[in-house]
Amino acid sequence: MNDVIKRVNITINGKLRRFIISDDEGCVAPSETLLDTLRDKLGLTAAKRSCEHGACGCCTVIVDGEAVASCMLLTADCDGSSVTTLEGLCDPVTGELSPLQRAFADNSAFQCGYCTPGIIMSTRALLDKNPNPTEEELTEALSGNYCRCISHYQVIRTVMGFIHQINGEAV
Amino acid sequence: MFEEMKKDVKVSEHEYRYIGKHGNRADADDIVSGRQQYIDDLVMPGMLIVRVLRSPYPNAMIRSINIEKARALPGVIGVCSYKEAPDWKCGLPNHRRVLDQHVRFTGDSVALVAAESIEIADEALELIEVEYEPLPFVLDCEEALEPGAPQLYEEYPGNEIPKVTPFSEEPFNQIFVGNPEEAFKESKYVSDAYMKYENMAHPLPPESPGCIAQWTGPHAVTVWYNGGAPHLQKFNTEASIPGVAVRVIACHAGGSYGSKQLIPHMILQAILMAKITGRTCKFIMDRTEHLLSYELRQGSRIRGRVGMTEDGIVNAVEGMWYTDSGMSSTYAQAMTAVGLGECQAFLGKCKNWALDTKLVATNHSSQAPIRGFGGQECKSVLVPMVCNTIREAGMDPLEVFKKNFVKDGDRYIWRDNLWWDVRSIDYTRAFEESAKVFGWKDKWKGWEKPYWVSEDGRFARGVGVGVHGNADIGEDPTEGMVKLHPFGSVTLELCVGETGGAQRFAVQKMVAEIMKVPLDGVQVVDPDTHGTGYDAGMIGSRGTITMGTTAVRAAKDARRKLLELASVKLNINVDELDTEDFLVFSVRHPEKRLPWIAICGTPEMTIIGSAKYKQNFDKPNFALYLADVEVNLMTGEARLIHALEGSDVGQIIDPINIRMQAEGSFGSAGGDTGLFEEMVMDKKIGRFMNGNMIDYKWRTFNEFPPFDTVLLESEFDTEAFHALGFGEITPSPAPAAILMAVSNAIGHVITEYPCSPTIVLRAMGKIK
Repeated sequence: MNDVIKRVNITINGKLRRFIISDDEGCVAPSETLLDTLRDKLGLTAAKRSCEHGACGCCTVIVDGEAVASCMLLTADCDGSSVTTLEGLCDPVTGELSPLQRAFADNSAFQCGYCTPGIIMSTRALLDKNPNPTEEELTEALSGNYCRCISHYQVIRTVMGFIHQINGEAV
Repeated sequence: MFEEMKKDVKVSEHEYRYIGKHGNRADADDIVSGRQQYIDDLVMPGMLIVRVLRSPYPNAMIRSINIEKARALPGVIGVCSYKEAPDWKCGLPNHRRVLDQHVRFTGDSVALVAAESIEIADEALELIEVEYEPLPFVLDCEEALEPGAPQLYEEYPGNEIPKVTPFSEEPFNQIFVGNPEEAFKESKYVSDAYMKYENMAHPLPPESPGCIAQWTGPHAVTVWYNGGAPHLQKFNTEASIPGVAVRVIACHAGGSYGSKQLIPHMILQAILMAKITGRTCKFIMDRTEHLLSYELRQGSRIRGRVGMTEDGIVNAVEGMWYTDSGMSSTYAQAMTAVGLGECQAFLGKCKNWALDTKLVATNHSSQAPIRGFGGQECKSVLVPMVCNTIREAGMDPLEVFKKNFVKDGDRYIWRDNLWWDVRSIDYTRAFEESAKVFGWKDKWKGWEKPYWVSEDGRFARGVGVGVHGNADIGEDPTEGMVKLHPFGSVTLELCVGETGGAQRFAVQKMVAEIMKVPLDGVQVVDPDTHGTGYDAGMIGSRGTITMGTTAVRAAKDARRKLLELASVKLNINVDELDTEDFLVFSVRHPEKRLPWIAICGTPEMTIIGSAKYKQNFDKPNFALYLADVEVNLMTGEARLIHALEGSDVGQIIDPINIRMQAEGSFGSAGGDTGLFEEMVMDKKIGRFMNGNMIDYKWRTFNEFPPFDTVLLESEFDTEAFHALGFGEITPSPAPAAILMAVSNAIGHVITEYPCSPTIVLRAMGKIK
């Protein structure tokens, strides 16, 4: 027997999660994506299955500070990483929306809402690195997020308004 | 762009609590927190996953198929080929089998597997052994009509799909009125045209179509699906499986744009596998299947001529409108009927028509209803055809469109094959306001004339206009109820799905407005056929008038009953009573008041108001699209640099939501089919080549140009707070406007979509 059990430790929404990588039942398969683990193993369904090619951004989560398409990342490769999903932006005790989520809700910066989790996570990752981006920097950061209802203009209005607000400027 | 866009949206001048003002949708917090459930989030005990083996050939007969190895794979619970499948059919009329020996497009269903996981199901698909006999195939709709063309259905010789519709005994599929021959003689300007709009573009909602089927008895099945028309889907599925009662529940949809409102074939396949396995079965297409096997915007082609008088009135139209339905018709005959009605709304002064249609079957995936429902397909060929005549006259197209668009007092034949008198609408002001904001008069320099050319001669700019109107906003009956509960809450029982247009929110607002209660005091029931009366659902832009009117009438009925009861208890004339925030009070003596519980408490408990709406086609809506494009004359690359969508919607229900509907003209295989969106077919092998979201072109966040809206509120004569539905049609006039703008920029007429560099350079004579 030469079986070595491979374990990965991932901090997901501030909580340490441990997975065994194996094809056995109940484990995370070596080929399993982070998206599938989040959705199917942990019930964190905010990240959406859509293109499964890394093209649409509906599955975007923040991994170690970067917005990434979770359909393109293997869970087995995430050992030691810190992952934040849309659920992780809410207050962990009360469930209260974060200010950015509140801005999206109050301004109806969505229509069907399927792409919204990815758009919010890409925006959050941008603002964490650059709290005062220009509109061009914002749209560049969101260029990997597909939206077919065309909520783009309302997202831009909402996020730029939010940025002005948190930076104390007149909206 | 933000600075330009953040200007305030128009707010209604009425003293409404909610109508005309922005409010938070009831589902807003769930959507932005990830709590909103979509169909892929639903998990049920013992649920199996359905996957489909698909044909590699565009036309073939299955000569042998062996499913035994797949069936033996651990974790596989059921496998089905055409041999085991029942003779369930869908389509209009029912012609597409749930599984067939004859596969009719690359991606057609060959066999079904239901397994405990998607991985096992996919492995099982590879174990199915199939021997095909490839057959000649046909992809062009006119070639399909020729003698000797490959035949798709024995029952439809010549590949013409029968002209039946559910709307009338005699289907409306041609307009023959007046005397076109004489009218052409009297016309000062007459021009022929042959136009194609055959991008086969994909609506591409971010969430693929999906369903879950669960048998609850020998003759009863429950279906969850992610469309917005549960009653229509129930009706459709029960017609395919006689003797079975089908309950349909609509999940919150991740976009549809018409494409998921009916998913009949998928639902039959899920129901079949649930029957075979005795388990609940979920079937959601993956993205590649969705792109390559699902329904696309139908092909449209017109050959005909148009006559116009000296003063710019179009007075004669004749021709043949071909619609390419692909391998099946889900509802295409209805789209033809609606499209013909829309022709008459566009050319409301024309009294002489000889316009026929043919609905053709070809060997690519089914073409089906997508936002615009025949209107975008029709206008993208009809507007350029009419423009050939306007060009000959040297007139301004916007002025001609304005003069010809239908107005109060005009008449047309609508999809029910009846004449309708147009009432209450006149969009002249919307034309004029939109043109003014866009700066049309400054930018229109004449046909095939750019309004600007760069100093180095490399870039040129041109403008174009398209127009559309649709009276289907009053389509189909609706039944609904409003219940007033003693402790102060209101339930609206109306079957409204949510596909993104915020229609549930709109009817919630209307009921809250009438009952004068807090918005969250009104709850709209989940869209479930078992708990609601008939409603055709969220198809097109019918919601505002049909559901809105039903909700308003039911709320008024409930309010009247409440006040009548209160009148007895307060001993005050009912006309002197009002209700607000769950209290009934005397208008003259507000201190005389009773809470609802004191009025409708035990034994009455619940006060129920009910209403029915009958369809009415006397008010078409309206969308004007103005496009400004810049073309690189060296490379042929065209890009939209500014656009405007104008309309008069009667009354805005929510200013942000309606503006997003206008901005939605880019999406859902809409405006961008004028520039770059298309499914690319390899015609030698009959297979689409861009079946993924990297190769299928779509507009990214940083590619959106400045976009203006002009939305007037003329308070039309409707019971839904004077409002009309509008959202569906916003993309419909856009491709034709963009085609015109590119033609004007380059100085040459383009007659093909999309305006890709190849087509632009070909039109300029730079390449062959």
